Amino acid sequence: MSGLSKSVLYDFCLRMGDNTLILGHRVSEWCGHAPVLEEDIALANTALDLIGQTQFWLGLAADVQGEGKSADDLAFLRDAWDFRNGLLCELPNGDFGQTLMRQYLFDEWHWAMLTALQNSSEKRVSDIADKAVKEASYHLERSRDTVIGLGDGTAESHDRMQAALDYLYPYVGEFFEADTVDEAAAKEGIAPVLESLREGYDAAIKATMDAATLRLPDSRFAHKGGRNGRMHTEHLGHLLTNMQWLQRAYPGASW
Amino acid sequence: MYAQMVKSTGEGLKSREDMSPEEAAFQDKIDADIKIEPKDWMPEGYRKTLIRQIGQHAHSEIVGQLPEGNWITRAPTLERKAILLAKVQDEAGHGLYLYCAAETLGVSRDDLTEQLLDGRMKYSSIFNYPTLNWADMGAVGWLVDGAAIMNQVPLQRTSFGPYSRAMIRICKEESFHQRQGYDIMMKMAQGSEAQKRMAQDALNRLWFPSLMMFGPSDADSVHSVQSMAWKIKMDSNDELRQRFVDQTVPQAEYLGLTVPDESLKWNDEKGGYDFSEPDWDEFFDVIKGNGPCNVDRLAARNKAWDDGAWVREGLLAHAEKRAARKTAAE
Ligand SMILES: [Fe+2]
Ligand SMILES: [Fe+2]
Ligand SMILES: [Fe+2]
Repeated sequence: MSGLSKSVLYDFCLRMGDNTLILGHRVSEWCGHAPVLEEDIALANTALDLIGQTQFWLGLAADVQGEGKSADDLAFLRDAWDFRNGLLCELPNGDFGQTLMRQYLFDEWHWAMLTALQNSSEKRVSDIADKAVKEASYHLERSRDTVIGLGDGTAESHDRMQAALDYLYPYVGEFFEADTVDEAAAKEGIAPVLESLREGYDAAIKATMDAATLRLPDSRFAHKGGRNGRMHTEHLGHLLTNMQWLQRAYPGASW
Repeated sequence: MYAQMVKSTGEGLKSREDMSPEEAAFQDKIDADIKIEPKDWMPEGYRKTLIRQIGQHAHSEIVGQLPEGNWITRAPTLERKAILLAKVQDEAGHGLYLYCAAETLGVSRDDLTEQLLDGRMKYSSIFNYPTLNWADMGAVGWLVDGAAIMNQVPLQRTSFGPYSRAMIRICKEESFHQRQGYDIMMKMAQGSEAQKRMAQDALNRLWFPSLMMFGPSDADSVHSVQSMAWKIKMDSNDELRQRFVDQTVPQAEYLGLTVPDESLKWNDEKGGYDFSEPDWDEFFDVIKGNGPCNVDRLAARNKAWDDGAWVREGLLAHAEKRAARKTAAE
């Protein structure tokens, strides 16, 4: 593999793995505090799947990088500016509605992305996608049902879900805006052209929000800066402080 | 064990002559190891005692998520985080099986939950202790799940069918938890000086609270005699505690850790260890609500329940709307 291809594949894997790591971490914060026992189980299950996928993506990133690092090194020893997740993933949980709306907006993209990656020219990528897409389609089914149930529930649940959508929607666009890494990955057949996923995504979330009696914001304004690390939110640093604490406080220890 | 000091409602054991024909037939079934199923006739005391015991066990699984959940976001590796998530997910699942088993006795999960939240029902005293360093995740699996298994393995043979079947499912997962816990302890005990210190600190703090899980000596308890006759309690608290100590001390030695009990000594004659009793005054304080974490644990569960009210109501309203739309369409 050429040096350029290597760096494209490395960046691509970080973007996939940092999404699942950071979102998985956020979801795991719910443990023991969900509105009903079945949701405790489902949230733990989602977090577990996402952390499992992180092991694959960051493991591959570390292999490609070829500096003898592990997935754990990448997860626990990078600082915020080296993270490549979409900003959506690092936003705080808020109430249960905000957590599930964030999950739905992510799952719809994640499922479409993984489905496309099953045809990746890079075998190691399509192998991960094959495994992950099954989990993602289950996550999607569940988060979609919950968004519809709570949107079309009581007046209070409707209003909370609308507020969650209004807050989170500006973080959706980032997932579809290609930069040079994405263009190179598409050109080499590693990943799809990001914009090509948008039409299906828009149609899917429109159908869901209609069923949920929720209104998609008119503005397509998109916050960016997570996927290229240029400017994360203030929230990420706090998340990392928590997540990385043991590895930072006791460097070199084996756990 | 997750059910401590469950009072049976019987006045003590009835003699055969005092039993009604129904009661005698019921006891005969139990003596013959025939399972009691929900639709079978059963004495009111049996039903009520089981609801308390299974409910307390279920609540322990639920509250037990909190001390371990405390470390999920700080787990030191991706693998450890995944294992811990899977474990806590299992515990929530155990709560679910057990609430289902209790529901077959005619009490709803919501009713039991209300009783937990307003303090009428208890959960195991162990979950009122804090988890303060990463080795606690090892010690909880090793000691707390280990003590739970001690109690739950015999309960697989308990007389009430749904409870027995729940125990069989649960025990498989609990032994996995215990192995994972011990694996963390191994890493810590063989690790850096700081890690060894964490491991010893965890053992120091959790040893006696783990012994308390079996409850105080019940040698003279009328409740225990009745529960044992009904086969909803299979061994005495002291027997289980002795078995636990005998199993655990060699494991601690293998780890190179010191059990925090100066009186601990092998007794050849009885073929088991002599050991110090836990501080039972402390135990009763914890049971009364004065443990280090009682207030925080109950507050966390109450907050989860209260904050989740709109979600439960919203999903219920949606289900009703859907059902109504379906009827209207027919
Ligand atoms: Fe359990
Ligand atoms: Fe447990
Ligand atoms: Fe367990």
